[in-house]
Amino acid sequence: MALSSWKELPIGTIITEPGNAREFKTGDWRSQRPIWDSEKCIHCLFCFIYCPDSSIKVNEEGKMTGIDLDYCKGCGICAEECPKEAIHMEIEKR
Amino acid sequence: MPIRALTGNEAMAEAMRQINPDVVAAYPITPATEIVQLFASFVADGCVDTEFVTVESEHSAIAACIGASGAGARVMTSTSSQGLALMHELLYVAAGLRAPIVICEVNRTLSSPINIHCDHSDTMGSREAGWIQIFAEDAQEAYDLTLQAIKISEEVLLPIMISTDAFIISHCMQRVDMLEDSEVQKFIGPYKAAYSLFDKTITIGPLDLQDYYFEHKRQEIEAMWKTAPVIEKVAQEFASKFGRSYGLFEAYKTEDAEQVIVACGSTCGTTRVVIDNLREKGIKIGLLKLYAMRPFPHQKLKEVLSKAKLITVLDRSVSMSTMGGPVYIELRSALYDAPKHPLLVDYIYGLGGRDIDMDQITDIALKGEQIIKDNKVEKPVQYVGLRE
Repeated sequence: MALSSWKELPIGTIITEPGNAREFKTGDWRSQRPIWDSEKCIHCLFCFIYCPDSSIKVNEEGKMTGIDLDYCKGCGICAEECPKEAIHMEIEKR
Repeated sequence: MPIRALTGNEAMAEAMRQINPDVVAAYPITPATEIVQLFASFVADGCVDTEFVTVESEHSAIAACIGASGAGARVMTSTSSQGLALMHELLYVAAGLRAPIVICEVNRTLSSPINIHCDHSDTMGSREAGWIQIFAEDAQEAYDLTLQAIKISEEVLLPIMISTDAFIISHCMQRVDMLEDSEVQKFIGPYKAAYSLFDKTITIGPLDLQDYYFEHKRQEIEAMWKTAPVIEKVAQEFASKFGRSYGLFEAYKTEDAEQVIVACGSTCGTTRVVIDNLREKGIKIGLLKLYAMRPFPHQKLKEVLSKAKLITVLDRSVSMSTMGGPVYIELRSALYDAPKHPLLVDYIYGLGGRDIDMDQITDIALKGEQIIKDNKVEKPVQYVGLRE
């Protein structure tokens, strides 16, 4: 989401649309990005248990399907805890 | 139009009565002056429709004002000295939220040492808070400027304080030419807030981090840029309707002046008499009375003052920068890129309410004539009436 210039924003920090917190993607804070290797993954879901931001995506069959980068803060706990080194961290490029 | 004998406090309280604000929240105890006490009588006597909220401190007073402004109300309060200092944190909040609150402020010094007499320490101490700041010279100006404050503030959506000098103006009785109640209401018009908590679901005062805070501050700066012409526009409207002139500053006999004395507040009255006396002796001297400290009218002052040979500033407060008083520092900065620099000298006077008289101002002016002859300022910052 492109950020508005000072000329476009409502004055005085007023938020004119209610319920827009869902538009706030807190993954913006991330300085490192987790890279998941599906070949190495054994779907033990250690990453899912440890993730402090519920950003590990798991399907109905209990299989890991990827990482929700809208909310992942790049803390790296998943990469640290993965027993198969199926997740590694790379510097986030913007 | 009714002519009354009023103190500065009464003049401002009468202006508040005629404005009839929706909400006044105040802590009407020392060091506040009797402005809100007088206004409380108007509330008790049914002269106004105002919701009058008495709170437990000035911090709460301005907080209640901010909340009421968010609800779309026309809001006023009054304070002084430590009271304004206690509001300090929330002055920034009011400005950042673009709440058009009007404070009738009485310039009193700040502790310590404990003292409640006149100087500009309190008002100057909040000069970077994002408030428009206007100094009145006498009770008439305090009255007229309070009325204008409503219009200025509501147009640019920045809060505003109109100040008078404690005791010299606040407690001295003067002739005040008042407007009729109906004229005041017609002049200020109704207030319709741009946003109100009652109109639709909005959020006021959310967290504003690295990604937006800077942009909102830039908006505030822009509003301050737009304020100077609005002050002039409202002053012109006031002058055309009621005959008394205001603006960003008053230039008195500055046209051909080699020396211009710059001051704000009640000392301008004393200085004007000194100017007249010295003019009779053929000395080319003028007075620039500063109404607006915020926004500081640097561009226009540069035009008016860069023709002079010497600018003599009278500062009734100090900056602890060791570079003189606030008016001098601003003016020096404003004149830096003028094509031709006048010399500048600053006189700190009247701290803690110490009187300044015509003899002292005459002495300052004559020293200025010597500075012009020597074309040299030996001591840029000096103190008036201080025991060395």
